[in-house]
Amino acid sequence: MISLVKRPQPSKAWVVATPILAVIVTMILGGLLFAAMGKDPFVAIRTIFWDPLFNPDFAAYSRPQLLVKAAPLILIAIGLSLGFKAGIWNIGAEGQYIIGAITGASVGLAFYPMEAWFIFPLMIIAGALGGFLWGLIPALCKTKFNAPEILVSLMLVYFAEQIMIAVSLGALRNPEGNGFPGSRNLAQYASSANPELIAGTGAHWGVMAAFAAVVAAYVLLSKHMLGFQIRVTGESPRAAGFAGINANRLIIFCLGTSGALAGLAGLFEVTGPAGQITTSFNTGYGFTAIIVAFLGRLNPIGILLAGLLLALTFIGGELAQFMLSLPSASIQVFQGMLLMTLLAMDIFVNYKVIWRKKEAV
Amino acid sequence: MFKKILATTALAVGLAGAAFADDKTKVGFVYVGPINDGGWTQGHDHGRLELEKHFGDKVETVFVENVPEGPDAERVMTQMALTGTDIIFTTSFGFMDPTLNVAAKFPDVKFEHATGYKSAENVATYSARFYEGRAIQGTIAGRMTKSNIIGYIGSVPIPEVVRGINSAYIHAKKVNPDVEFKVIWIYEWMNPAKEADAAKALLEQGADVILQHTDSTAPLAAAKEAGAIGFGQASDMYDFAPAPRVSSIIDNWAPYYIERTQAVMDGTWETVNTWDGISTGMVGIGEITDAVPADVKAEALALKDAIVAGTYHPFTGPLNKQDGTPFLAEGEVADDGTLAGMNFYVEGLTGDVPQ
Repeated sequence: MISLVKRPQPSKAWVVATPILAVIVTMILGGLLFAAMGKDPFVAIRTIFWDPLFNPDFAAYSRPQLLVKAAPLILIAIGLSLGFKAGIWNIGAEGQYIIGAITGASVGLAFYPMEAWFIFPLMIIAGALGGFLWGLIPALCKTKFNAPEILVSLMLVYFAEQIMIAVSLGALRNPEGNGFPGSRNLAQYASSANPELIAGTGAHWGVMAAFAAVVAAYVLLSKHMLGFQIRVTGESPRAAGFAGINANRLIIFCLGTSGALAGLAGLFEVTGPAGQITTSFNTGYGFTAIIVAFLGRLNPIGILLAGLLLALTFIGGELAQFMLSLPSASIQVFQGMLLMTLLAMDIFVNYKVIWRKKEAV
Repeated sequence: MFKKILATTALAVGLAGAAFADDKTKVGFVYVGPINDGGWTQGHDHGRLELEKHFGDKVETVFVENVPEGPDAERVMTQMALTGTDIIFTTSFGFMDPTLNVAAKFPDVKFEHATGYKSAENVATYSARFYEGRAIQGTIAGRMTKSNIIGYIGSVPIPEVVRGINSAYIHAKKVNPDVEFKVIWIYEWMNPAKEADAAKALLEQGADVILQHTDSTAPLAAAKEAGAIGFGQASDMYDFAPAPRVSSIIDNWAPYYIERTQAVMDGTWETVNTWDGISTGMVGIGEITDAVPADVKAEALALKDAIVAGTYHPFTGPLNKQDGTPFLAEGEVADDGTLAGMNFYVEGLTGDVPQ
């Protein structure tokens, strides 16, 4: 019979191997699903995983789009992972993303139509600050009143959505918008635009920021005292207390930083790919980033890869929809399969699987 | 080895695709909701299926559903254009800027954007005069309400939706001077949970007729439970007939899709700004059921005939704006420009257009 034996230490080899194995298992399971729907499973899997990267007709476009789609996910997930490592649960990145976009866009629109080099940097600062302050609300509620940050940060998402609706209909509404809601297009206003830095690469400032965040988080967690404190607090809050780690300071740092990064993601999105604040500006990056953070095992490099993988399934999934007429629900099932398999594979990291002959009792 | 197999299949499929591309016209659709939403998107997808039926082997249609408004839409359209699609219909207001952006990059591909106001050499716009249907709906609602409170679920406060509220109100008021409208905005086109909540809130405030500008059947389900009545929106929603669904406004896009695809085939496609109503069939009025008394039904149908004949325009003066300032003088008819940008309520409506 099969039995599981807990490993004394999580297996390093399996940590690397399980994601790859999970993708392969998902390809097989997904293939069966698509076959059951009457589609050629090989073509379907190829369309999702291969075509966005290598199809001669359109990969030149979809490859850079991977970066565009993954950048906000990675940027937000890096911030979230710091808190998650320390047991501080920021579920409201979506709200911080919205607020960052609004504060950043407001600064840009305040200068419209003036053209100056300093407008975009000011917007970046405003975006980060907006997200930071929005993230600070659950932090202060936690440290002052011991209110659960999970609940407070989540509720603030809905609050932020209402603010977004209000400003796209009111304060930030484009006066030349023919009565339609939504702000001016920031991507079409030179001083606030966040275009591709090198044509054809998809890499805008947000992509750069995402890469920088990965490096910074890596250094922080592996080399810096604060990173050590985060890890200790996550693994044993009591031990952290005895070691004199200031829990409140850590809460404020983690929620504030993840808020600032989410705000930056919102700012880069609203000035680039999205272009304007509308009543439907947010599309769930803040929530998807939670999945990315865990998929990447709260490790900066892991998050980078997880963000790219998830972006690939989004883009490949769209291709599969219109090239193979697969319904969008089946793509969501497929994405769900991928996440479930990845989490299920975790068992190999923490447990050893042993074949044992049944012994007589 | 695996890579090699993949590459070979990719090549084979690529070649097959190229061979097909010449004799088939490829038509793409970008949808904001799922194709089975029972309302707006289902209406467009019905048009797509009719298009396939009409042209048979001469067309190939592709679509992506549940596309969020914004950068995702731009990517979907670009990938459609890159895979040899000849004409792309983008069927939500929020796809406007993405459509323009992608169209600028693909001058040989034709784009058609529904319900927006920006066009280009290769971007046409199309919409329907839903407010004509709203006039008929308002007439029935005004006659049918016993509590004199009519609930209205607003989606996104763009002129099209405001126009619908005004038209329904004007005509309800005409047949029932005591009528009062309560409007709840949900700021989304389709969200069954929010739509149901809004419907329930309106019912609790005494509404016994629910009008909706949202895409799902959730408000009808809520109305059914409360014994109130409602109308099908965008699709017929006939599953809820004879009550609560007493009639409906049906979007019939098929003739337009067929006409425009034919134009691409003939090489005669040009950018246009189409705004058709009941007379061309783009707006259909679903069967008025027996839950509506015969005289009310006759009155509604007479109004429909007058609109079709062009003898009556739903926005005919005298009408004032909500703040009492004059909007249309006696006998004056609103021009299309005013209607297209309408973001004010007419006199008598309470509450504000969100801004």
